[in-house]
Amino acid sequence: MTALLHFFHMGGYGWYVWPAYGSVLTFLVAHWFFPWRRWKNYLHQQNREAS
Amino acid sequence: MWSFISSLASPKKFFYLSNKLLPWLTVLFLLLFGYGIAGGLIFAPADYLQGDGFRILYVHVPCAFLSLFVYTVMAAAAVSSLVFRLKLAFLVIRHSAPLGAGFTLLALLTGSLWGKPMWGTWWIWDARLTSQLILLFLYIGIILFQAANSQKKSGERATAILILVGFVDIPIIHYSVYWWNTLHQGATLKLFAPSTIDASMLYPLLAMIAAFLIYYAIVLLLRMRYELIATQANHHWLQDKKS
Repeated sequence: MTALLHFFHMGGYGWYVWPAYGSVLTFLVAHWFFPWRRWKNYLHQQNREAS
Repeated sequence: MWSFISSLASPKKFFYLSNKLLPWLTVLFLLLFGYGIAGGLIFAPADYLQGDGFRILYVHVPCAFLSLFVYTVMAAAAVSSLVFRLKLAFLVIRHSAPLGAGFTLLALLTGSLWGKPMWGTWWIWDARLTSQLILLFLYIGIILFQAANSQKKSGERATAILILVGFVDIPIIHYSVYWWNTLHQGATLKLFAPSTIDASMLYPLLAMIAAFLIYYAIVLLLRMRYELIATQANHHWLQDKKS
């Protein structure tokens, strides 16, 4: 537990390090997820129309 | 030679190629990203001067690199669309611009989060930061210009010219730390000289840069594939693929 807290604390820089990683990860996930979901919805719609 | 280039740039061939490439690129991205994140956050030792604050490097540098790389790709696509009139070139521009803007914004944001504890300020009108901010405005301008001219054929040509004019900012960003006396540090990674960073910190950084490049390719392919099939009414390509 102490090791985990120490890791999140980042030697006192946690308030800067984690928002930086969080913002980048949010961007990466969002820009991947929405085009992927749109493509899946499109394929689903095409299959429904074909059947 | 020309027939070979034009066959590679064929939208239909591009669609089939993107379907084959996407799963492999995804696996490669996850491997490199996993190694880069673990190396950057856990295995790389704390910096002797900046402590654990330096770990922002592993997201800041790839974002900054991609902000320049995406614009360079757009400039190459602009030349292709003007000179060779390749259909895919304008799709590359249209779908790269929002990604490039995002990476530029993130480079500024993560740089600000790094700058506060190290420089004591969130922002300074430093040559590197200011030229990077101009790049963000360029991306936003291109996106708005495209939206305003989406129905006009001449809009594609005008966008390509705008991109090429804005390309002058790319070398300015890169060399700003050498041309002016700036607060921002010089390049850590050098192409023709040894890097000024220890191997234990370098390899995760290289992995992250490679992962971000692959990520850009994946998202670009996903977006272009959808546009080619759904919005340009090429539904029959899906049937061709199945048969």
